[in-house]
Amino acid sequence: MANASAHFVAQARWRPLEFVFWACTLLPFFVTPSYLSLASQIAITALFALSLDLILGYAGIVSLGHAAFFGVGAYTAGLIAKHYWTEPLSALALAGLAAGVAGYATSHIIVRFRHLALIMLTMGFGLLLAEAANSASDLTGGADGLQGFHVPGVLGFKFDMFGRTAYGYSLVALFLCFLVARRIIHSPFGLALRGIRENATRMPAIGAPSRAHLRKAYTIAAVVAGVAGGVLTQTTSTVSLEVLSFSRSADVLVILILGGAGRLYGGIVGAIIYMVARDQFSGANPQYWYFWIGVMLVAVVMFLPNGILGGLSALHKKSQ
Amino acid sequence: MLSTRNLNKSFGSLVVAQDIALELPKGVRYALIGPNGAGKTTLINLLTGMLRPDSGEITLSGGDITSLPPYARVRKGLVRTFQINTLFPQLTALESVTLAVLERERNAHNWWRRLASFDAAAEEAHGILRSLRLADGAHRTTRELAYGQQRLLEIALALATRPRVLLLDEPAAGVPKEESHELFTVISNLSSELTVLFIEHDMDVVFRFASRIIVMVGGRILVQGTPDEVAADRTVREVYLGKTHARAA
Repeated sequence: MANASAHFVAQARWRPLEFVFWACTLLPFFVTPSYLSLASQIAITALFALSLDLILGYAGIVSLGHAAFFGVGAYTAGLIAKHYWTEPLSALALAGLAAGVAGYATSHIIVRFRHLALIMLTMGFGLLLAEAANSASDLTGGADGLQGFHVPGVLGFKFDMFGRTAYGYSLVALFLCFLVARRIIHSPFGLALRGIRENATRMPAIGAPSRAHLRKAYTIAAVVAGVAGGVLTQTTSTVSLEVLSFSRSADVLVILILGGAGRLYGGIVGAIIYMVARDQFSGANPQYWYFWIGVMLVAVVMFLPNGILGGLSALHKKSQ
Repeated sequence: MLSTRNLNKSFGSLVVAQDIALELPKGVRYALIGPNGAGKTTLINLLTGMLRPDSGEITLSGGDITSLPPYARVRKGLVRTFQINTLFPQLTALESVTLAVLERERNAHNWWRRLASFDAAAEEAHGILRSLRLADGAHRTTRELAYGQQRLLEIALALATRPRVLLLDEPAAGVPKEESHELFTVISNLSSELTVLFIEHDMDVVFRFASRIIVMVGGRILVQGTPDEVAADRTVREVYLGKTHARAA
């Protein structure tokens, strides 16, 4: 008999396509150097979507308020740069920590609910925080945003006007967090999360403390979202209220569904397609670009219910 | 092993459990029978903590478990299966059972070590699948398994938690008669250390595989005893067994 855990070994193995994919993320440096700031935005959004994937795609928690943690990270990084120091790595760690604390605190309420109540609840938390940031204008700059700071560079690389360092920094943050997420997915905890997604009723019946698992997943996702927000702040030297907005929460959900939830790369592919499409559509048709995003979303949901990657993987299986 | 005292539960004016007093000793095979709506599944829900009783006490090996959440009761060895398949559709059989083993070993919270390094858990899971003749389907996703195999996987998941008391809610529900005997042979071959209580409607199966029978009607325990005692009981014959088994007795 074959070793039973061989299945888990095979599952966690790096596929050749993954190496190709990550090699391709370096292309913007050479092929589209004038689009590096867009590439940087994409990497940050991909990281944000990756964090949502951890709770939505793997644990089945639908959130419409995930921007809360992105925003906490963004403001934390901004406040540190403005009032304390401009070294970005330590500030980024604190941004993740602050978002993680916020995530852990709210997780105790979040894990008690499911489905529609959960959507309302996460949305409610998101709106609360956005309004709090708006009214605490002494601290956050309110509607004008947090300005008047500049993060000069990271590890000796200056943030240049072409966005080379910004994209490099965002990409490294994305890649490192991706490695962590990948590790989690292929751990016993990752299997437990899939168990909760697949059948929340059965989990307690096999002795699983589902709520503790969910609290942990929610906290980890909040940390990653906070890091994404922190990177945005540091690469743009500004924080606007938009980081906490409902539309950011909604966009990231759309991006993840577009790309395919529950497959790690879904958020990244979704971010690339969504952001490039938005860039192109808004260039061609500045007023009505959301129309085309809408068309794209309807088409994907109708014809590729598991997202673009889900569709590709089904196609691949058929061809074998 | 497992006992209850004065267990009561009602939904509004509907009484679903009334003064339930049970005493399930180690190793006994119990059948829980009764007409539809008698409160059999409700009783399992009460015992496993999926429902809170309005009053009464549940003890497992002498310890009070009345206020423990469901997963904590499972960790103490009180485990159930479901009448309607309650499985993990997109996990493979091996993944599902491995998960149950990892939860039992308190390793499922580990988010840093590779799943692949938990060799012993995967081996044990495979062994459980093999013992239930599910080894062939180990690497198929649950939803691809035949219905009968899914019923067995229900039991495999429960066994992976190493239960001391196993509550089987109609384990053969929807399984053809020939196969249901096979399934109950598997159940009766389980360790004699294990206390088993199963809900079943097929009286042939009940009288063949149970060493004791509990009859429930309207949320109350009407009679409990050996198959012979229950079959001879006049009230049972009148209320529940009706014409068919009055003859057998």
